[in-house]
Amino acid sequence: MKGLLQDLHSNVFEFVRTFGSFQIFFLRIIRHSPRVLLRRPGLVVKQIYNTGALSLVIIMVCGFFVGGVLGLQGYANLARFNAEDSVGTVVALALIKELGPVITALLFAGRAGTALASEIGLMKATDQLSAMEMMAVNPVRRVLVPRFLGGVIAMPLLVAIFTCTGLFGAHVVSIDLLNVDVGAFWQQMQLSVDIDDVYEGVLKSFVFGVVASLLAVWEGFNAIPTAEGVGRATTRTVVITAISVLILDFMITAVMI
Amino acid sequence: MQQTRSVEVGTGLFVLLGMSALFFMTTQTTGGEKFSASETFEVAASFENVGSLKPRAPVAMSGVTIGRVTDVRFDPVALEARVTLIIDSQYDQIPDDSDASILTSGLLGSQYIGLQAGGSETYLENGSEIYFTQSAIVLENLIGKFLVNSGSGGDE
Amino acid sequence: MLRLTMSDNSENLIEIQDLMYSRGTRVIFKDMNLTIKRGEVTALMGPSGTGKTTLLRLITRQLVPQQGRILVDGVDIASLNRRDLYKMRQRFGMLFQNGALLTDINVFENVAFPLREHTQLSNRLIRHVVLTKLHAVGLRGAADMMPAALSGGMARRVALARAMVMDPEILIYDEPFVGLDPISMGVIVRLVKRMNDVLGITSVIVSHDVAEVSTVADRSYLISDGKVAASGSPDELNAATSELVRQFMHGMADGPVAFHFDAPNYAEQLLGRDSE
Repeated sequence: MKGLLQDLHSNVFEFVRTFGSFQIFFLRIIRHSPRVLLRRPGLVVKQIYNTGALSLVIIMVCGFFVGGVLGLQGYANLARFNAEDSVGTVVALALIKELGPVITALLFAGRAGTALASEIGLMKATDQLSAMEMMAVNPVRRVLVPRFLGGVIAMPLLVAIFTCTGLFGAHVVSIDLLNVDVGAFWQQMQLSVDIDDVYEGVLKSFVFGVVASLLAVWEGFNAIPTAEGVGRATTRTVVITAISVLILDFMITAVMI
Repeated sequence: MQQTRSVEVGTGLFVLLGMSALFFMTTQTTGGEKFSASETFEVAASFENVGSLKPRAPVAMSGVTIGRVTDVRFDPVALEARVTLIIDSQYDQIPDDSDASILTSGLLGSQYIGLQAGGSETYLENGSEIYFTQSAIVLENLIGKFLVNSGSGGDE
Repeated sequence: MLRLTMSDNSENLIEIQDLMYSRGTRVIFKDMNLTIKRGEVTALMGPSGTGKTTLLRLITRQLVPQQGRILVDGVDIASLNRRDLYKMRQRFGMLFQNGALLTDINVFENVAFPLREHTQLSNRLIRHVVLTKLHAVGLRGAADMMPAALSGGMARRVALARAMVMDPEILIYDEPFVGLDPISMGVIVRLVKRMNDVLGITSVIVSHDVAEVSTVADRSYLISDGKVAASGSPDELNAATSELVRQFMHGMADGPVAFHFDAPNYAEQLLGRDSE
């Protein structure tokens, strides 16, 4: 029993310590961000490309099909109440407020997050970060901050693209396949969806962007510099990002309702 | 250097795409901020029962949306509900004896305010009060009335 | 190009005094003293695991010693604040064990890296300097290649060009000969000699390749057990009588550095098991 308590105690302690260290890391990144944006925007642009532009395919394809499925499900279930015309509303609200930010964040973690973590971990393992320090270049500024900023800027844009592609998918499914009236689809949507809903979605996408990018960069930077260590860092990025995003989603939704 | 050029172009396209998606989302999916403060005038009305009327609910006349509700409050002195609405400035010829009722759009729909024109020669303007109001229909009262009516019509 | 002020007539560019450094419970250096003279090629040799790379990190202050002083050009590096420390590091050029080139940019950009980070030179000037340095290591034609496409020897040469690009006063080579074929090794040896003779750069080579190092070093230090076991010119070390020095210089399998890792008595371990 004593052993169990001791283990629990040290685990909790470790968790708190890691969490604190993570906060300090976050502050360091923030501190260097303005200077990087002003003096080396080229680095940030390249990272926006890496995390954002290269994720377009997965985001758009998944967005289209998620929208399509929502259209199908929405129609099928609303038909029970003879409220098929509200399909537009249902799909739009679901996408804009919840599925857009959350699914995009999860896809982002899987594609861009893992790429970031493994890239940085590998740079650590092959002494590249050490070499930079030796050349009097701060690796946080040169490597970590641009990647973090790239992710933060790319995420809201990816969410918007996902949502719009989703709406398009739902449109195609509802109107072309299920014969919902075009006018009703969009009009009902416009009546029921508020600018506040869009704000909520954008806020979430921004928060998730910060969390996902920060976690990826953190895991890579702290990876154990072996093949196994980098692999583990990559997996942890996805897992911890997923959990954090879902918990934060709940918290933000609860507050905004 | 070739590499940098295509990266820049790619990023530019991506950001443009993202921004247009955002723009699309805010304008095409929402009811929009069609009624902003500058082009509208404010009017107030009191109701005995507002039902489920919420701020941002539309204000319609002859079925056409001409404004929206901005505030729903309870007046503790007069002991009734106080509703503030804004109406698009172009509709400056609404008679000030028009009546405002709280209606429901469709079966599952949300509630809105419908204005029925009166005959006065003076019009609603900023700060006007709508005196003729009809409260929301509360289902329970309706059923109760029906039962009482059918009861008294029978042999009870 | 970027000569920061040098203090006058000090012969010793780097001085390590009474250094003590331990990691956890393991003492790596104790009572370590050595000097690196300006303009010379100094070799740091020793058996594997004596912490030669750690010593380099202490000199550039990537690690902090528990006791002792390290002076660079007469200045105690412990007294430097962050900005001065970064300035001091710019006087060093370092060649890492595996080259440590940045893998996401090509050869040209790798060599240009310090210039882009620390100077405001125009693209034309940068191009000029980078191509000159690449030419000096014989790889001007490889400027557009990516590091992943280079052989070990070529990568190391690019890393040398990069270490050189800011015209450093001190060049540190961390195991530059490891894993190279004889031709590549000859190339690196020649380059080290050239840098030193032609440009007057002070060189510090960490290596355990006795034969190669002896052809270039002016002075060698043999480090063992956390301190300097022997020092002198390559000839002096070769003729030394100390057992440890002899074992190292002549590559003998057993001697003061034991062949057998610490283990319990052989007979007992074998027979003890059988009788169970």
